[in-house]
Amino acid sequence: MGDDRYMTSPQSASELAQVLRRTGYLVDEALATIGFLALGLQRPLLLEGEPGTGKTALAEALAEGLDIPLIRLQCYEGIDASQALYDWDFPRQILHLRALETTARLSPDGGTGSTDPTDVEKSLFDERFLLARPVLQALRESPAVLLVDEVDRADDEFEAFLLEVLSTYQVSIPELGTVKAATPPIVVLTSNRTRELHDALKRRCLYHWIDHPGLARELEIVRSRAPEVGERLAEQVVAVVQRLRDGGDLVKPPGVAETLDWARALHLLGTSELDVESAAATLGVAVKYREDADRVRASLDRIIGG
Amino acid sequence: MTSATGDSDVLTTAPDALLLGFARALRAAGLAVTPDREAGYLTAVATVGLGDERATYWAGRATLTGGPDDILRYDQVFTAWFTARQERPRTPAPAQTPPVVQADLLDEDGNSGEDGGEDRAEQIHATASAVEVLRQRDVGAMTVDEKALLASMFGSLRRPQPVRRATRATPAHRGTLDPRRTLRRQLRHLGEPADLAWRRRGTRSRRVVLLVDVSGSMSTYADSLLRVAHHWVTGGTPVEVFTMGTRLTHVTRALRQRDPERALRAAGETVPDWSGGTRLGEALKAFLDRWGQRGMARGAVVVVCSDGWERGGVELLADQMRRLHSLAHRVVWVNPHRGKDGYLPVQQGIVVSLPHCDSFVAGHTLRTFDELAEVVTRG
Repeated sequence: MGDDRYMTSPQSASELAQVLRRTGYLVDEALATIGFLALGLQRPLLLEGEPGTGKTALAEALAEGLDIPLIRLQCYEGIDASQALYDWDFPRQILHLRALETTARLSPDGGTGSTDPTDVEKSLFDERFLLARPVLQALRESPAVLLVDEVDRADDEFEAFLLEVLSTYQVSIPELGTVKAATPPIVVLTSNRTRELHDALKRRCLYHWIDHPGLARELEIVRSRAPEVGERLAEQVVAVVQRLRDGGDLVKPPGVAETLDWARALHLLGTSELDVESAAATLGVAVKYREDADRVRASLDRIIGG
Repeated sequence: MTSATGDSDVLTTAPDALLLGFARALRAAGLAVTPDREAGYLTAVATVGLGDERATYWAGRATLTGGPDDILRYDQVFTAWFTARQERPRTPAPAQTPPVVQADLLDEDGNSGEDGGEDRAEQIHATASAVEVLRQRDVGAMTVDEKALLASMFGSLRRPQPVRRATRATPAHRGTLDPRRTLRRQLRHLGEPADLAWRRRGTRSRRVVLLVDVSGSMSTYADSLLRVAHHWVTGGTPVEVFTMGTRLTHVTRALRQRDPERALRAAGETVPDWSGGTRLGEALKAFLDRWGQRGMARGAVVVVCSDGWERGGVELLADQMRRLHSLAHRVVWVNPHRGKDGYLPVQQGIVVSLPHCDSFVAGHTLRTFDELAEVVTRG
């Protein structure tokens, strides 16, 4: 398995860009270079940026492009090691104990070695009762892409734990021993910057800030991701979204995901050319705050007309 | 002088020394560059290959920065470190002292001065004229290189020196009659009429309070406005600086450091709501409740730097502006967009605030910052 990855592993940044392009994910030079570095140096990639700029999608594209499994760990407040790493399947352990009890009672002469308490305990902490959570799963199944999504939502302690795993790529389970990845998985961490990550974690990773794409590239993205949308409509939607972003007065400027949604929504309604009415009717797909919607609606004529 | 890069002039020093020097320069600029980051940087550059300038740029950005705040600084140091080296004149010429003060603006690695000559003079000329142009350019629409050059120009701005009349009179050669001193003089002469003594009320510096909007809509100007604030704080006049966003932050202490880069970084770390939304009304209320009413705004020149986009209700803002105006000596509103063509003060925040402002000025170029200082002084 380990060698497979290196055979398909891109030899240069442009090669990686092509691999990703084949999956429909378009990268610029910066992201291609940094992605290539992450693969080459076997270091985790920390992506930050506005929501909807394709941080998570990169991990998905990497997995698809390199043809390896994607293992996703969604972080949330209060997540701990047992949800990220491994857990023992407690109900099945109890069931196993009961089964042992019953078999012992049915054959009163005993005789089998399974009545020895040490053996029974040992049999409880067997591989088959181990629930591998994403991190352990990634270490075992590597080569794989481990996506640690929205790491800023987790607590500080969890970050420290991640740091430990990411620096050694191994995990020790007291009852079983150490699990070490044959080849380190490709790790992608994403953060929306709701809080500042600890510097130790950042130092361990390659850092990249993903910006909203420019007009040409966003248009290209819409074409590749939503090919059913007409050329004219795609151009108009992208132009309007770009103007909304450049205005800089929105609470939450629309991301690429919103652009795609909006283009698809308009297409679904049978629109082939964006006008003020259709834009106003579907505005909720792209702009999600009431203040923003009011502001955009007020200036829609100008934005679409000009 | 041939090296692995093929470009022989870049590397007069060993490549790793050049790269490590760059990492050090970044650390000096305030980035958290640690030895393990330096090691990561060298490995990353080795992986992408030293010859590819763009790739080395990205390799460095990925390994040496840790947040969007670092990126501008990284770009500036990168330009200064690598560009300046490439532009060094190839033929050594007799040493010559550059006649223009702005000569060192683009060269930050200490290599200027010795290798002068005609190229040098041209460079100086170009720099000097660039300086003139930059003074009138909109700071919100500048490239990274221009911003780097601009950053060094804030030191030459004028500082405001508003004054108020002092309460006590001091002896002077002219002014009103000073009866007490006149009588004492006469006593000294046993009651004989002597010279008349005069007194005069002098002047004291008037406090300046800067309230800088750092919300998302002002993000392209916040950096420059804080640089102006830093320049003012380090002068003699008492200046207090607050940032307004979704909350109010007192950044005067952070800005007191001499070095503008360090000061700005310190201020940036103090401000929790960088590029967020704006709640001008609430921020003003917080300022007036905690500082203004107690004395900081009393008799001061209060400068509000904002574009007037208000997320909260404008009634609150109007009330607070009225309060502020009644406390302060003068209220000056600075709007970066004011100097642009076709600007109309139609934003709700501006509309309700203007009746309570004494001046409404632009603030988008260095020249307007100079004018702002004058407006504040005039008060």
